[in-house]
Amino acid sequence: MIEFRKEYFADERDDNLNEIGKPTQRQDALGHVTGRSPYYDDHLFDGLLHIRCVRSPHHHARVRRIDTSEADRMPGVVRIVLGKDVPQNLNTLLSLLDFGLDDEPLISEKKVSYKGEPVAAVIAESDRAARDAVAKVRVDWEELPAVFDVEDAVKPGAPVVNEIYPGNLFVYHGKYDHQKLRFGDVEAGFRQADRIIEGRYQMSPIEQAPTETCGAIAAPETNDRYVVYTSTQALFFSLDTTSKLLKMPSNRLHFIGGTVGGGFGGKVDSLHEPMAVLGTVLTGRPCKYMFDREEEMQVGAPRGAERWYIKDGVMNDGRIVARKFIGYFDSGAYTRLSSYAIIKGVGHLPGPYTIPNVYADVYCVFTNRTPATAMRGFGITGVDFAIEAHMDKISYEVGVDPIELRILNAYRDGDMKAHRRLAKNTALIECCQVAAEKAKWPLSRQAQQASSLRDGGGARAEMPPHTAIDHNGAVTGFTAGSYARGNKKPGQAQPVSMPQMPRHETAPVTPRYEPAARPQPQPAPVATQPAPPPPAQTAADARRTRFSSISGLRRR
Amino acid sequence: MAKKPVRFHLNGSEKAVFVEDGQNLLDMLRRGIGDLTPKYGCGQGTCGTCTVLIDGEPHLSCLTLAETVEGRQLTTTAGLASGNRLHALQAAFMEGFAAQCGYCTPGMLMAAKALLDRNPNPSRQEVVEAISGNICRCTGYEPIINAILEAAKSGDARHYG
Repeated sequence: MIEFRKEYFADERDDNLNEIGKPTQRQDALGHVTGRSPYYDDHLFDGLLHIRCVRSPHHHARVRRIDTSEADRMPGVVRIVLGKDVPQNLNTLLSLLDFGLDDEPLISEKKVSYKGEPVAAVIAESDRAARDAVAKVRVDWEELPAVFDVEDAVKPGAPVVNEIYPGNLFVYHGKYDHQKLRFGDVEAGFRQADRIIEGRYQMSPIEQAPTETCGAIAAPETNDRYVVYTSTQALFFSLDTTSKLLKMPSNRLHFIGGTVGGGFGGKVDSLHEPMAVLGTVLTGRPCKYMFDREEEMQVGAPRGAERWYIKDGVMNDGRIVARKFIGYFDSGAYTRLSSYAIIKGVGHLPGPYTIPNVYADVYCVFTNRTPATAMRGFGITGVDFAIEAHMDKISYEVGVDPIELRILNAYRDGDMKAHRRLAKNTALIECCQVAAEKAKWPLSRQAQQASSLRDGGGARAEMPPHTAIDHNGAVTGFTAGSYARGNKKPGQAQPVSMPQMPRHETAPVTPRYEPAARPQPQPAPVATQPAPPPPAQTAADARRTRFSSISGLRRR
Repeated sequence: MAKKPVRFHLNGSEKAVFVEDGQNLLDMLRRGIGDLTPKYGCGQGTCGTCTVLIDGEPHLSCLTLAETVEGRQLTTTAGLASGNRLHALQAAFMEGFAAQCGYCTPGMLMAAKALLDRNPNPSRQEVVEAISGNICRCTGYEPIINAILEAAKSGDARHYG
């Protein structure tokens, strides 16, 4: 049941939200209830071949030798594909956005870094024949020490999971081994605070577990093209990734998707489409590459685990004057989308609160776990769990009601956020008030009368007088070329010189990169940023533009 | 591999097909007959997505040997509607937003049909038990349970198309 509280912002929208709150029939519902919705596996092809992969039983191992001679002779086997058969066997999902270095092969040749990583693919007349042949491929493994904990992985001497990033840390913008956020001076804020409250929060990886397993079917089409039916949630990721890995112009690829049997983020990784097209290119016949349920659970990329350390400087009345985050995302063996999730997450810090001093170092760490990927709000959900659990901890330790604590610290329209944008369209206070009302949770008169529209801005809109900056975690030797702009060849996005990356615990190195100019980067922290003026009740009702589009224009 | 002929009725029509040793009913229906309404979700009898009715009883087609349906009456979601007239369950699933991605829907409909055929006025608990072998990852089950109860109450078929 949806309930509107338009009285809160009654002067802001003159329409009646014509669609929201009213049931509208899904355009695909009739197909769903008649069983006629066309999922990728509902496309039948005469002579369809089936692809199954030979997968690593080890979390970390070198591949000494792959012997396919017995498997080649098995009945029904059409072709066995190895890494050397992939025209461009190194990719990273966001390379087309110039984000990250190519770090993951479609089929590994020399080394595997997670359990289930493919080293060969069997193409056979039936799924059963493919499975039987997979069992006959002999791989000579040399098992390597593996690392599963994010903080162990960044210690000196840890096994190198991903050779492209020898420090087991993704490199941001070719410059730092973590994503930084600096706003004000947290150390000065801690000194000013009445008390320090710290917490450690650990999430688990979560499998999306769609009922339809990931997969794709490719087939030769007319005009020298290939048609691909796919479960992908990201049709153009999959199209472009296939084009890049197979060195095939994308106008030879005809992708058909859109009917997805549950995804929840787990169907963006584009592993199946290149393999299915490669099989079709090599055999000239339609090929299907589809996870079975076991592969979906073991090999399919989950939501990555996150570990967060939060340290807050808090006044006795509950105002938070400084908040410091150290975060570790477990990316698993390869980058996929974790580095992007961190960018998104750091933009979200310190949560929906106005805190004058904020600091974050967030690391995208490679471990010998299954590579992580997207899932429902990834980058935000994990740290929000940490932040809100921490808010409850503050409430308990300071003795301030948990909802009032949130209302007290909530951002209000016009406040400066740590990512240096003014807060607009805020409504945390109103959400807290309605939640309290629904739960029959008593609030003080002051909390009941608080409003996102009032008491923000002013001094709270100011940039910090001083922002403490540092160059911890600066790295050298990483190129920041551009695949999209064509000034580097795909697959040559290698570090210029390999392991030079200082660990993040090491002392700051000489900066060779100046962060973007801040307003008045003062030489020394003379004055600390004062606590935000308490949101006292005033009668002033600043009429500000709240609903605005990204381009800054008011939408009416 | 030896192929064996199997004859059965599917949604009221007589079918005859050759099956391979060890071929399961799901594969036979989808690839041998071309009825794509039962779906593969796990292949190990845990998700219920491949549920079909054999002589009115719900069965997991991924764990049923194809040759065992000789002479039996099979029902799948393809046989629920008559022409443009949806079965009451299909209409209730549409109107109650009980399908989101739609992948579990054919299996859910089969489990629900088996229930309503033997118990036209089930309690909420009986509905929950009837679909307890079917996994849905989108809806959280509430709209599905409500739709089945609604279909039992209305008993109406609706005209679409």
